[in-house]
Amino acid sequence: MSATLNRPRRTGHERRRTLSAALGWAACALALVLVIGPLLDIVYVVAARGLSAFSIGLFTTVTNGTGGGLLNAITGTIILSLGALVVAVPVGVGAGIYLSEYGTNRLGSGIRFLSDVLTGTPSIVLGYFSYIVFVTWLGWDFSVLAGSITLAILIVPYLARITELALRQVPNNMREAGFALGAREPTVVFKIVLPMAAPGVITGILLALAISVGETAPLIYTAGWSNYQWNGHLTNSPIGYLTYVIWSFINEPSDSAHALAFAAALIVMLVVLAINIGVRLVVRRKKPG
Amino acid sequence: MVFRPFRTSLLVLALLIPAALGAVVLFLAIYAGDAFTFNGLRFIFGTVWDLGNLYGNPVTVRGVSVPLGAHYGVLVFIIGTLLSSFIAILIALPLSVGCAIFLAEQVPEKFRPVLAMLVELVAVVPSVVFGLWGVAVLVPFIAKDIGPALSATLGFLPFFAGGDTGSGYGLLAASMVLALMITPIIATTLLDALLQVPRENREAAFALGATHFEVVSKAMMPMVRTTLVGGVVLALGRALGETMAVLMVSGGAINILPHNIYSPVSTIASFIVSQLDSAEQDPTNMAIKSLAEIALVLFVITLAVNAGARLFTTGVANVRNAK
Repeated sequence: MSATLNRPRRTGHERRRTLSAALGWAACALALVLVIGPLLDIVYVVAARGLSAFSIGLFTTVTNGTGGGLLNAITGTIILSLGALVVAVPVGVGAGIYLSEYGTNRLGSGIRFLSDVLTGTPSIVLGYFSYIVFVTWLGWDFSVLAGSITLAILIVPYLARITELALRQVPNNMREAGFALGAREPTVVFKIVLPMAAPGVITGILLALAISVGETAPLIYTAGWSNYQWNGHLTNSPIGYLTYVIWSFINEPSDSAHALAFAAALIVMLVVLAINIGVRLVVRRKKPG
Repeated sequence: MVFRPFRTSLLVLALLIPAALGAVVLFLAIYAGDAFTFNGLRFIFGTVWDLGNLYGNPVTVRGVSVPLGAHYGVLVFIIGTLLSSFIAILIALPLSVGCAIFLAEQVPEKFRPVLAMLVELVAVVPSVVFGLWGVAVLVPFIAKDIGPALSATLGFLPFFAGGDTGSGYGLLAASMVLALMITPIIATTLLDALLQVPRENREAAFALGATHFEVVSKAMMPMVRTTLVGGVVLALGRALGETMAVLMVSGGAINILPHNIYSPVSTIASFIVSQLDSAEQDPTNMAIKSLAEIALVLFVITLAVNAGARLFTTGVANVRNAK
């Protein structure tokens, strides 16, 4: 406290200012803890309770009532997500190419706006649309096709946006060089622009994959649920998936059901976090170079 | 005009996006047609959702066939949606502002990317995993600690009063989970904007003798206000449509408006999911049609909010212009 001797005494006003600054910073730090804390707790709780349910049987047997394994749900999630990518990647990447290369007109901004609107549309609304159209009207019932197309509608706008942003990073000189060599538009796009933007496009596809793996609400209305392995039919046969196990089994009374819910949550969370962390690390490492 | 097959085929792919959006709206509207006729304005202002007698013979009302005694009112769910999202914003706003300020100003540059990534990762955790965590951790915590504590300290306020703070499932749990899910949206938007504030503005404030916190709160925050509003509206759009997490922790109220913060609620999105099984039992399909109508209502609400957010999304540019 010797410093105070050399300085004039602080006025009340000054003290209030330093005090409120200290309190402000403490509140900010607390806010950060309150946001990151729950994330760490989610990871910890799901990992701890999910890991204790892990066994070889979990990955080799199908669900039996509210017990058994998750084989049917794991394969179902893989099939639905890959199905969604098969539908969504050509459309999303194609739309992204159009928006980046030829979309600087009014038509392009219109498409961009409506794409944003589709991104903002709640997934349950899309799911209900698919239920009305694919499940009941077209008579596909709960099926892989209905589920995959719904997920595809959900992720196409993301793919288009990320592809567009990636392609815009490619310098115009490269395009001009291609045209100067006599290349036509498809050649310039597929041999020059797209390969240069490939990391960005692949990032987008991976993030879209993470979204479809974690999505639940639209699938309840389109994919249904099945205790058995997928029988290979695209329509008229429901399919299991991991996120269904999470929301539905946690409400069952038995411990085995809860264990399955946490195991499924752990698998989904690991996939989603691994993709997102991986993508961010790779993107960051590339930036300084 | 030259026909360019390559461009045209890409345009066709791009047009599939608006087409999908149009199809969603169109099919929901067509399918809900009968429901519009039958429900009228009672749909929006009614608080009773009753599927009627599903086993008796349907009756014809206003030209459409419905189960006897059917009544579809969705005010409860609209209020549940707006209220839970609004409380979520109230919780998320101070959290995200504090988060963004701390990350921008106090965290050494070496650690900022890691901590910022952790905050971003909160947003990518699937909704259903949040719901699971809510059921396993948050709901018991609210039932045992937060609920009674709120009731004891803020019980003099009408909305917090209540001797019985319930099972933990309810409005408070739904709002807290929603708040956690949307905080990263606001925080990352605000963090980007704060990092864009020009050096000169900060240094000018320092030169006037402001403390570091005053520089942030009095010189920098006013500059990023527009961005902040944009982020909040964007987050609101996400919260309104959130389904699984809310469904799992909200307690699922039907036909009853929430009377305090511990009451069970339903949002539009969670209600649609929870009603699938019972609506399928309706031989006249009127329940499913009314659900299509409520899905349209949700679409319109989120569309309005997202369009509002668009007005502010040029926020980062606003900071630069403010120079």
